Amino acid sequence: MTELPQAMIETATSAADWVLVLPIVLALMGAAALLVVRRSNGVPMLGAVLVIVGIIACEISLLLRVVSEGPLSMTMGKWLPPFGISLTADLLGAAFALAAAVVTLIVVLYAEIDRDGNDSGDGFHSMVLLLLAGVTGSFLTGDLFNLYVWFEVMLIASFGLIVSGGTPLQLDGAVKYGFLNFLATTLFLLALGLTYGLLGTLNMADIIRVAPEANRAAITGIAALLLLAFGMKAAAFPLNAWLPASYHTPSAAVSALFAGLLTKVGAYALLRSQVALLPDSRDLLEPVLAVLAIATLVIAPLGAIAETQLRRAIGFFVIGGIGAILAGLSMPNVIGIAGAGIYIFHAILAMTALYMVVGLVEVRTGARDTRQMGGLYAASAPLSILFFVLILAVAGVPPFLGFWPKLLLLEAGVMDAELGWVGTAMVVALVLNAILTLIAGTRLWAHIFWRNGPEGSPGSSEPMALVPPTPKVRMAFTVVGALVLGVVLLGLWPNPMIEVGQRAAADIIDPGRYIEAVGLAGGAS
Amino acid sequence: MDYVLAALVGVFVSLGVYLLLSRSVIRMLIGMTVLGNGVNLLIFTSGRVMREVAPIVPAGLEVPAGPIANPLPQALILTAIVIGFSMFSFLLVLAFRAYKSLDADNTDTMRLAEPENAPQPPLSY
Repeated sequence: MTELPQAMIETATSAADWVLVLPIVLALMGAAALLVVRRSNGVPMLGAVLVIVGIIACEISLLLRVVSEGPLSMTMGKWLPPFGISLTADLLGAAFALAAAVVTLIVVLYAEIDRDGNDSGDGFHSMVLLLLAGVTGSFLTGDLFNLYVWFEVMLIASFGLIVSGGTPLQLDGAVKYGFLNFLATTLFLLALGLTYGLLGTLNMADIIRVAPEANRAAITGIAALLLLAFGMKAAAFPLNAWLPASYHTPSAAVSALFAGLLTKVGAYALLRSQVALLPDSRDLLEPVLAVLAIATLVIAPLGAIAETQLRRAIGFFVIGGIGAILAGLSMPNVIGIAGAGIYIFHAILAMTALYMVVGLVEVRTGARDTRQMGGLYAASAPLSILFFVLILAVAGVPPFLGFWPKLLLLEAGVMDAELGWVGTAMVVALVLNAILTLIAGTRLWAHIFWRNGPEGSPGSSEPMALVPPTPKVRMAFTVVGALVLGVVLLGLWPNPMIEVGQRAAADIIDPGRYIEAVGLAGGAS
Repeated sequence: MDYVLAALVGVFVSLGVYLLLSRSVIRMLIGMTVLGNGVNLLIFTSGRVMREVAPIVPAGLEVPAGPIANPLPQALILTAIVIGFSMFSFLLVLAFRAYKSLDADNTDTMRLAEPENAPQPPLSY
């Protein structure tokens, strides 16, 4: 009888480690439970809030643990990695998962604004929880095929959310959204098959271990395919056309959820795959990433300037943010990656808040096009302040949250002499992006809030007739205000965030601790 | 055998991409299916093709006697087929609903979300 290596985990997982899988389990079970009670009035919303609060509690304790002890891993089904499917939380994943759960909670509260008694039974809250499960799973998984599965969970939930309501406008947007996102995940699957064929493993830690010994050209091909697939998901130029075609069609709450979570998961997957998993591909792909980043940074705010439909204009800001993240990826030093990571964190919070404020503007003016808006400042100064703060945060004006990651990105471009033209070009593109975003944003603000009335109206000082706020609108305003306050406070005390971001980036660039956490550190398995 | 399958994957993927470039929604749907099946075949091939040796450890042994077929790609494909099929069904229903309410099965005429004659941006400010 030959001596066989250990293949199974014999000891039970310690209770404390369960915080890693609990957020996903809670979201999935919650979604199923809410489906059962979906027709009882008010219960789904209350249930969703309770479940998400539970998820947030788990993720706070997970984040604290990862901060103090380093990456945490748990392998399903008792098989030792790389055979069992690992869930692995490092700083980046844990922090994003927490931000995602927080904005989901805010969106669930905000969504009451355009829901009434007749809506019960459409399963909205189940689908939101399913979407959160997919997003959280994507952030916490340590296995490439598992990531694909979470992408699909997220995708099917988002399909349900984008068509719920079923207006012709939504169906039109959903066809474009559906085809392009399904195509992106199919391309991801294609790259997965090639990865398995080349490396014989799909566990992320194992891929990091064995990829340097594989054929460099094949690795580069796989990385390019992943760049295409995740770039499509993240709406990076030139694969961004589906986003402004679909994100403005569902209700404001759903738009906000999508803008905060979906493209960011694509950006996170790009960061993970291009920097952490397959760094050998960078010789060839780095100029590609840089050109994509510059094009996205410059073209997106120009789209926003040219657009009159309010939510479509905001969609271009989302794309511009993806450009900033790509800029960080094309400068793979600790500061650049930290900038990209913190930018994702910022974008999850700020983009969601911006869409929700836009939803409030739409409710108050009864219009969706900026040409039919005007004079809102007279009716609701606080709303105009929220909008203005978020525009400044998105453009990256100090002292708001968006400024710090952009400062890190600029620092990365200036400091690292090895980058050559990429560093200089990125600094120029980032500054240009900030200026153009500021122009687009302030023009929107001036049109909606500052001018006297809608386009074509005589210069009277009469403000336009506005829909008076209902109690629901006031409630929605309060929760959005709380989120914006969070964005402002994080911008005023950014030190802990920047420190955590730099440690997360160091872990991405030198994945020793990550591999050790999964348990693959010691030689052959 | 591997080479034949690899060539077949190439045919499937190029056919899928060709159909996806069409303007007709139904052709795009068929293109998605063909592309998805090409990808499934690719995963199957990438697990190395090995005929007629089931991955079962004989009684009394702890490891298989000789080389066996790789069971993992089949698990991956099974997952991918199920997911791909559910997505395809959703898109099929979506296309049907879009045809009913927009009266369009051609992407050129689906311009509700992106109006064809978009207004000029405002010149004030």
